[in-house]
Amino acid sequence: MRALLALSAKGEEFVPPSSKDFVLPPIFGDNAFTTKPIFLIGLSVILVSTFFVLSARKAAVVPSKFQFAGELVYGFVRKDLGEEILGHEFKRFMPYLFSLFTFILTNNLFGIVPLLQFPTFSRISFAYVLGIITFIVFHYVGVRKQGIVKYVKDILFMPGVPKPVYILLTPIEIATYLIVRPLTISLRLFANMFAGHLLLMIFILGGEHLLQGAIGLKLVSPFAFAFGIALTFFEFLVQCLQAYIFTLLTALYIAGGLADEH
Amino acid sequence: MTGTLNLVGYGLAAIGPGLAVGMIFAAYINGVARQPEARNVLQPIAFLGFAMAEALALFGLVLAFVL
Repeated sequence: MRALLALSAKGEEFVPPSSKDFVLPPIFGDNAFTTKPIFLIGLSVILVSTFFVLSARKAAVVPSKFQFAGELVYGFVRKDLGEEILGHEFKRFMPYLFSLFTFILTNNLFGIVPLLQFPTFSRISFAYVLGIITFIVFHYVGVRKQGIVKYVKDILFMPGVPKPVYILLTPIEIATYLIVRPLTISLRLFANMFAGHLLLMIFILGGEHLLQGAIGLKLVSPFAFAFGIALTFFEFLVQCLQAYIFTLLTALYIAGGLADEH
Repeated sequence: MTGTLNLVGYGLAAIGPGLAVGMIFAAYINGVARQPEARNVLQPIAFLGFAMAEALALFGLVLAFVL
């Protein structure tokens, strides 16, 4: 180990990737609205809408391959995330859940698409926006369904609990509904994308740095690259999973507002 | 050798969520093995629990970088 360290000391020092690597410079001049993530968001909107407009147009009883692919994704969201969780009222929420799922999935997959290679939601502001939208939606649904008085009362004083427990329970419930839910749902998405991208950067950049070292280090670098490739597949799994979990949690929060008894 | 102790702390903090995720999926596999038709009911619950436990580890990761 010491010999290896001594060998690596010959070249320049390895600078591990850090959170600074996520702050990308503007592409055109110094306009802060022309950074890479902004373009990726726009690209994802174009990709998702084009794909589903094309696959739904000319829909036939015997589906084309294109239509089949579109219906596969829609069927998954509709059955596993809509019907199973929201019950008979699920159709009203399908547009939101479906666009949420495909939008997040596309943006996450940008993290492993060659040339793009940047998961948009590894910038936390994008994740916060989605969290805020979900926050507004599930509170709105709850208030519309139960009336504002009952909705707030059920959150503040959960029915069927002994009175002294409210001293503990009420602050926790308030924090859960106002802070924890929107914060965790967006932080989870952000942190997963951030950590995943960082992990890939460490292995690929580390492998590249080893390649520039002495002969002993050159021999090790393929292992770093191989691990980087393996982790790319792992990232693919995580990216799909996070899109699923974000939509699942949104559906569960909405279902909580729809339920008659809290 | 330079670095920050934050990352050691994060390593320690990740033990709990790591155990939790393992236990959640162990329970899920157990449930499905005993009653395969319960799979559709158990799956969202398992993933929800997984997401909750994993969130703790990820907060630790974010804090390790931020602090």
